[in-house]
Amino acid sequence: MAGGLFTWPSDEPRLIGSERDGVISFPARPGEQEHLLGRRGTLWSFTTQQFRPPSPPYDGQDTAETFAPYALGYVELPGELLVQGRLTEADPAKLAIGQEMELTVVPYTTRPDGTEVLTFAFMPVGGADEQEQDGDA
Amino acid sequence: MSTADVAIVGVGLFPFGRYGAKPCMEMGAEAARAALADAGADWADVQTAFVGSYEVSNPDAVVGLLGLTGIPVRGVFNGCATGGTSLQMATRAIRYGEADVAMAIGMDKHPRGAFAGDPEAMGLPAWYGQTGMFLTTHFFGTKINRYMHQYGVTRETLARVAAKNFANGTRTPHAWRRTPMTAEQILDSEIVNYPLTRYMYCGPDEGAAALVLCRADLAHRYTSAPVYVRAAELRSRRAGAFEVQSPSLPLDAAPSPTVDASRAAYEAAGIGPGDVDVAQLQDTDAGSEVIHMAENGFCADGEQEKWVAEGATELTGRLPVNTDGGLIANGEPIGASGLRQVYEIVLQLQGRAGDRQIGGTPRVGYTHLYGAPGASAVSILSR
Repeated sequence: MAGGLFTWPSDEPRLIGSERDGVISFPARPGEQEHLLGRRGTLWSFTTQQFRPPSPPYDGQDTAETFAPYALGYVELPGELLVQGRLTEADPAKLAIGQEMELTVVPYTTRPDGTEVLTFAFMPVGGADEQEQDGDA
Repeated sequence: MSTADVAIVGVGLFPFGRYGAKPCMEMGAEAARAALADAGADWADVQTAFVGSYEVSNPDAVVGLLGLTGIPVRGVFNGCATGGTSLQMATRAIRYGEADVAMAIGMDKHPRGAFAGDPEAMGLPAWYGQTGMFLTTHFFGTKINRYMHQYGVTRETLARVAAKNFANGTRTPHAWRRTPMTAEQILDSEIVNYPLTRYMYCGPDEGAAALVLCRADLAHRYTSAPVYVRAAELRSRRAGAFEVQSPSLPLDAAPSPTVDASRAAYEAAGIGPGDVDVAQLQDTDAGSEVIHMAENGFCADGEQEKWVAEGATELTGRLPVNTDGGLIANGEPIGASGLRQVYEIVLQLQGRAGDRQIGGTPRVGYTHLYGAPGASAVSILSR
């Protein structure tokens, strides 16, 4: 997506916010000190998008038929702020307010020239995959 | 400086719905003529007018259809709070002596479907729209989901609120949606934005509404049953308020502008929520109506569950809400929607609401609008 939104490439991407007089902003505001936001927080609330949004401004390469519903919500980053983002889990039954979430970067569309476009999203911590990996932890 | 009390002496509606090629401006003119006829007044009596619309960029041009009398006319747009803003400005024009007789007129003609827009025109980054986050409906789903989690409100309560508004719509000859829907049908319809289903949402449509207002001491010329504007207040959001189209929010939360507008209106009117007999609350979706019951001071957070189960906001309840079916049954032509609320309250206070007339002798009515990106208008009206 737009440059300057998150640190990339990175194994542990961070959202790029800004800070002035102790007030943290996201997206970063021009002229303020860069502040990399924490990667983990709790899900404050969420909703889903069940139909393809009006386009423009939405520029996914899907159609009304191929559109896949997605969820989006606010994640409360302790001591910082609440950030709205897409969630990697689209099923509301598998999401719960208060659960721990972690920042990730996901492909969201492909340009006509084949370029894959990435954006940030929040992923449940201890989701199915991670639970298997962390089974002994 | 002494200020004048203000009375509403005529109300008119061009019923909300879909009208094909009919020009929006004609709807506005017809609503204005209906309000003038209701007051027994002529357009030539009107000394200033405030005309609201989103889709029509020059709604003040309605004078071309009503008559070119040379009076000051202002176009008004303030999002979903447009109608309340027009009411407030017309009231102030009378209160502060610019006019003895004023009109508030609203009209709109929206295309089908969710409102789209250019995020950058709203001061938001382009990526916010490109990645599918720039939809006002996300706010409604997100806010009620959090509210339900915090205060134990159930989806059944949301469905009952929508069913109540559809039921009121069946009793309202001018309503757009007049087919009753059961709470089960509403719950079982497809989810648009979790936890809100298709029939929990209002839809954009077309229509117009108008009011004739005058100095209270002149009201007897036009009606034997004036309705007085006891308060007409407008507030925008404070830092920290959870609002539509917010890529981030501070940890320190502030209340919705609804809370601020409501408190200001009660204070201006010297009237408390317990004195209100009938209310119109912005029901963009059923969850909004539930939240607005508390934000406007009618109940505590979470008490909606009991209120709705008891039918307290139905026509026979202790505080009937959205007696004409609200936005859910009438749709939302946003320039006109707030004036449709006032139209309904005036009819209820005058005992002219037909099959949906509430019982007793209601004396105090309340209207509330809320919209993007954080504006709320509240009025308190009384006999």
